[in-house]
Amino acid sequence: MKAFTTLTALVAPLDRANIDTDAIIPKQFLKSIRRAGFGPYLFDEWRYLDRGEPEMDCTNRPLNKDFVLNQAKYQGAQILLTRENFGCGSSREHAPWALEDYGFRAIIAPSFADIFFNNCFKNGILPIVLPAETVDQLFQEVVDGYQLTIDLQAQTITTPSGRNIAFIVDENRRFRLMNGLDDIALSLQHADKIKSYEVERAKRAPWLFKDA
Amino acid sequence: MAGKTLYDKLWDDHVVHTEDDGSCLIYIDRQLLHEVTSPQAFDGLRLSGRQPWRIARNLAVADHNVPTTNRDKGIADPVSRLQVETLENNCKEYGITEFDMSDIRQGIVHVIGPEQGATLPGMTIVCGDSHTSTHGASAALAFGIGTSEVEHALATQCLVQKKAKNMLIKVNGKTGPGVTAKDIVLAIIGQIGTAGGNGYTIEFGGDAIWSLSMEGRMTVCNMAIEAGARAGLIAVDDTTIDYYQGRPYAPKGDDWNMAVRYWQNLRSDSYSGDLFDKIINIDAAGIKPQVSWGTSPEMVVAVDANVPDPTKEADPVKRQSIERALQYMGLQAGQKITDIKLDKVFIGSCTNSRIEDLRAAAAVIKGRKKAASVKQVLIVPGSGLIKQQAEAEGLDKIFTAADFEWRDPGCSMCLAMNADRLEAGEHCASTSNRNFEGRQGYGGRTHLVSPAMAAAAAIAGHFVNIAEEA
Repeated sequence: MKAFTTLTALVAPLDRANIDTDAIIPKQFLKSIRRAGFGPYLFDEWRYLDRGEPEMDCTNRPLNKDFVLNQAKYQGAQILLTRENFGCGSSREHAPWALEDYGFRAIIAPSFADIFFNNCFKNGILPIVLPAETVDQLFQEVVDGYQLTIDLQAQTITTPSGRNIAFIVDENRRFRLMNGLDDIALSLQHADKIKSYEVERAKRAPWLFKDA
Repeated sequence: MAGKTLYDKLWDDHVVHTEDDGSCLIYIDRQLLHEVTSPQAFDGLRLSGRQPWRIARNLAVADHNVPTTNRDKGIADPVSRLQVETLENNCKEYGITEFDMSDIRQGIVHVIGPEQGATLPGMTIVCGDSHTSTHGASAALAFGIGTSEVEHALATQCLVQKKAKNMLIKVNGKTGPGVTAKDIVLAIIGQIGTAGGNGYTIEFGGDAIWSLSMEGRMTVCNMAIEAGARAGLIAVDDTTIDYYQGRPYAPKGDDWNMAVRYWQNLRSDSYSGDLFDKIINIDAAGIKPQVSWGTSPEMVVAVDANVPDPTKEADPVKRQSIERALQYMGLQAGQKITDIKLDKVFIGSCTNSRIEDLRAAAAVIKGRKKAASVKQVLIVPGSGLIKQQAEAEGLDKIFTAADFEWRDPGCSMCLAMNADRLEAGEHCASTSNRNFEGRQGYGGRTHLVSPAMAAAAAIAGHFVNIAEEA
């Protein structure tokens, strides 16, 4: 996983609440057995005027010019600014895979759906929760070339005018993301604890330990 | 002593290790696997040279991509076929039990878990699917995870989690005629919103919940995720214990007796309120049959109501959402719900494909046929065993006599990964769980309803107030 420390990047505003994972990456693309290559299909039904199919070459597909990510001024954006409950719906990790493959490294919203929020941290994406009023203000400030600087160590966002906005990330998640650590390797450091838990639990609930 | 909630008890029983910031390594008793969210997890295992920690705690089934007709011909779509074959190959390589398409036990992952007794009260249960919350109906801590966590659970039999807050939703009293578990949960989502449960585990209680069958409880917990909660729970009672007795994977003999004693403690120590961070009381008698009109499950109203008018919404973000939803759904503000005409009807999904759901749909038909204006009605049972049971009861004959199509088990048109889907602009009465844009097919328009409402709509060609008909 890519480590996340600091990021200075262009912001794309996606002004909708309750954006679901079906909108982020429609189900037909979930048939892929790979982890990469979802970026061209991110927000497929909003981004293109035709119907997307797996493995389609997107270079010549008709674009929906009204969709924010298609506007010239937001090309190269790595920070997504959006509304409440972003990432609701399915648990598909294809959603953060698609966002990451497209180029997004951070998402700012007043709230996120729990499973999506969790999945972001597994993929080097930083989801930042800010108060609704602060998000509102950022929506008003976003203009051509609007960039934010995110510092995960300091847990601050700096606006072009130099204003600092604080945010908080759980210590454990922050540490793992800043160092790009492999969760499984970290958990396996507790292998002895897992084994002794199993021994103890098998006494209380033996029916769960009679593996055929 | 303050006592514990059901969630507290389940959590405390599975903590392996606690970090300084409060995040915990939680032991996982059962992982369910399906073809869509597991291939990259198995790839990860291979790349790192790791082995599954406890192979027998995994159970796999292909459900999302499988065809619901002509099974003997295999899967026509090569991309879907590769995904299903990849699951089969991974299960063979690692020695994981899989119910394949030819197995009578095959079905939707959240239907077959309880049906087989592979998911039991008191367990922690995960699956790379958000509707894993279904299994909470049996007082199991069950939640959906992403593929990285599927790999993590395979490799360590644990997950790193932070404890959620406790919410109690109490549905008091008795529901009226025509009101089912589906209507209860849709009404809850309509009230608290799709983000209402974010950060919480929701325990559902109250007489209207405790009087439900296991099937009904599964319908309620299934849609906890649509209320924003990763996990929903319902306490153990005799209904729970009776349901699991004799299931293939359920404990036997002395183990059964010991398990029952343990399970009987799986309820919150008090439902008066002190133990919960948030409590919502709902009057069951006030719930009417529900129909969703928009593109989020919270956009739902009673069948005798009208489509909302965005000009009456003060919040600009919400007003915009309503306007966008009306445009996508092709509906007019103020239009009567009962005037919405249906093109297709889908009865199935992990929400409503169990035997009780099929019986409820069949009971509505009463020898009538689908309306001529309805192009297709799909009945997709949740598992091969449910299909067999329904056929033994003659339900299939009732459906086919009404010109409904009787299909093979799978997720089918709930998310349209197989060939079953809506065409652009079509309205569908669906017993599934999500009415998002494009969910049932590009440009498709989904209305979430109960099986009884879906069947009644198939006959009439539009929604009807089944509370009055009942």
